[in-house]
Amino acid sequence: MSKRSDMTNTHNWSGQKLVSTDYLLFEAPRTKHFMTGSEVMKEAIKRCTVDASVSYPITPQSEAAHLIGELWAEGYVGVYFRGENEFGVMSEVAGCSMAGARTVTTTSGPGTLRAMENFAMWSGTRAPMQLCLMARGINSPLTIQPDNLEVQYLLETGMQIWYAENVQELFDMTIAAFTVAEKPDVHVPIVTVVDGFFVSHTREAVMLPDDDIALHPYDPYKAPLPPIDSEMPPGRFLRDPFVMKSNYISYATHASWQWEVRSAVERSRPYAEHYLKGLVHITGDEDAEIAFVACGTASNQAKEAHRELKKLGVKTKVIKLRTIRPFPEKELLAALEGVKHAFVPEFNVVGWLANEVRSKLYGKCDTQIISGPKVGGGMSLPAEAIIHEVMEVVNPGKGA
Amino acid sequence: MGLDIYKINPEFREIMPQEIIDLEEKATWSEKMQKPRGIKELPETKELLEEHSLCAGCPEAAALRYVLSALPKPEDTVIVNSTGCTSLMFPHIALHTVHSLFGNQNAVASGIKRVLDWRFPDTEKDVVVLAGDGATVDIGLDYTLQSFFRQENITTICFDNEVYANTGGQESGMTAKGQVFKMAPTGKKFDKVPMWELATTSGCHYSVNMTASAPKAVAKAVREAILVAREIGPTYLNIYTPCILEIGLSANEGLGEMKDQDKDRFASYKHVSPEAEEFLAKCKEEGRL
Repeated sequence: MSKRSDMTNTHNWSGQKLVSTDYLLFEAPRTKHFMTGSEVMKEAIKRCTVDASVSYPITPQSEAAHLIGELWAEGYVGVYFRGENEFGVMSEVAGCSMAGARTVTTTSGPGTLRAMENFAMWSGTRAPMQLCLMARGINSPLTIQPDNLEVQYLLETGMQIWYAENVQELFDMTIAAFTVAEKPDVHVPIVTVVDGFFVSHTREAVMLPDDDIALHPYDPYKAPLPPIDSEMPPGRFLRDPFVMKSNYISYATHASWQWEVRSAVERSRPYAEHYLKGLVHITGDEDAEIAFVACGTASNQAKEAHRELKKLGVKTKVIKLRTIRPFPEKELLAALEGVKHAFVPEFNVVGWLANEVRSKLYGKCDTQIISGPKVGGGMSLPAEAIIHEVMEVVNPGKGA
Repeated sequence: MGLDIYKINPEFREIMPQEIIDLEEKATWSEKMQKPRGIKELPETKELLEEHSLCAGCPEAAALRYVLSALPKPEDTVIVNSTGCTSLMFPHIALHTVHSLFGNQNAVASGIKRVLDWRFPDTEKDVVVLAGDGATVDIGLDYTLQSFFRQENITTICFDNEVYANTGGQESGMTAKGQVFKMAPTGKKFDKVPMWELATTSGCHYSVNMTASAPKAVAKAVREAILVAREIGPTYLNIYTPCILEIGLSANEGLGEMKDQDKDRFASYKHVSPEAEEFLAKCKEEGRL
């Protein structure tokens, strides 16, 4: 185990040289590795000078949580233990973050819902921790399959939500996420989502910088609220506390606080644009009249459909959303210029992403937004299913 | 840093409210004290609780004053609270306090304590949970007990008023069998949960059941419990602070009710583990008690 006091101006407690996020993400030389999402999560956390993590078993995130434990045993992470359930864990990491720690945890599916009350508390407390959500789906019936329905429940919690497509993006996003969440003018929690199994358990080629460099530590004294460590004057010694009273001041305080949390998420845009190199990534035919709007591995399948449709003479493009909160409305509108039909393929029965796209673009563009294909319960989303949806519109009744 | 944070910037001194100036000048901080802090200084010094918004004569308010007077090192103490009557007082406390959700107080406290030990390995930072019986024993029981199992170095104080008071007088697990409250219109059907015994079997090194009738006894238990938690492991205090409103007593009858219960449901229970006993004996020799 390390001691935090082993840290110097140039090196963290585990002896890694401290570097900027820009250097770590964009400049440090990288070498090729072959890893699963869980393994790459370990590699990312290893380079982030993380103070604390609390874990709990649930498929498919368990392996990532074990590997963070190994980092603790190896001296890279300061505090680590297994909590009693996800509600407890999300409260424990809240305590860690309030006490001034750079904090990370992971969960999946039902665990997300069990912990739900905590997430709004996290953002209300302006605690900048990172939750890596390896999406799994929700009971009943019992499922462990990849399905991202639980993301819908997180949309209005006041947290930032980013979505990674593959192992490489998971690595880079995890590092960027701490940096953006901890910006003093942002300072709200962040969820980095990947599709369970498809990313957590799939081995892919990934380019990694050396592991002898790491991010500078989190500085809790730059936070908009004092950390709970008895090192700064307490903020709540008041003659007439506004909480728990039914008067105009208490209403106004709660209302303005909620607006401020959402404004903080909005203020993350320029930082996210910089570190993610854009809130959306666009591939395919620029002049296509058909587009796919997708996030996560659904965008990967949409790219495959694009290649097949091209052979049939149908031009398409793929607009991959990398952030869901903040929602990249401006970028999406620009990308949909000239597009007649936009399909939203996704891994859940509800079509929450299509609902998001529709509500955000309502009255702002003429593109027809088509929800589908939607697959639930962890079924795969074959390119053929996407092609079928498209051809029903392009060539009604005749198929591909 | 501790006490330094209560020093007032000279430029602002003129416009500071008197109670903030009093905190710097007249409060009992451990750094300034030759002897351990205690109940006896209450009348002469600035308290760490500035007014409060509980009912007149509420024993809970008195108990909180005793607790705050006995913290061994208030300038490095974090208090974690939960929802309920106590959350009405928390904004009035001159220390770092946390309210996050109803029932998760021991989980939040575990995270805070572990990180404070990580960030400040050479400073004693105490984490004290202070919540009602609904938070501690009903909705938060899992988190309370799990923090004991994990041997977290925190003190848990339950202000047991045997009822959900802040929500209007509903039965709790700590209500006595037979008592009629809302949600138990024909009387409670099961016994009061023996939380102090659960604390003992769940790994607490110091577990006490008592009323707040004797200020000195409360202060002593608080001080011992926090010192044991700091050095050895989890500690638990179950303190009867009756809700005079819900049991139909007037503002001057709280003390009598507590005295009556000293012989009944809150007859003294005290468990001290052998390690804690040895440690407390050492503390006494060193003048820390």
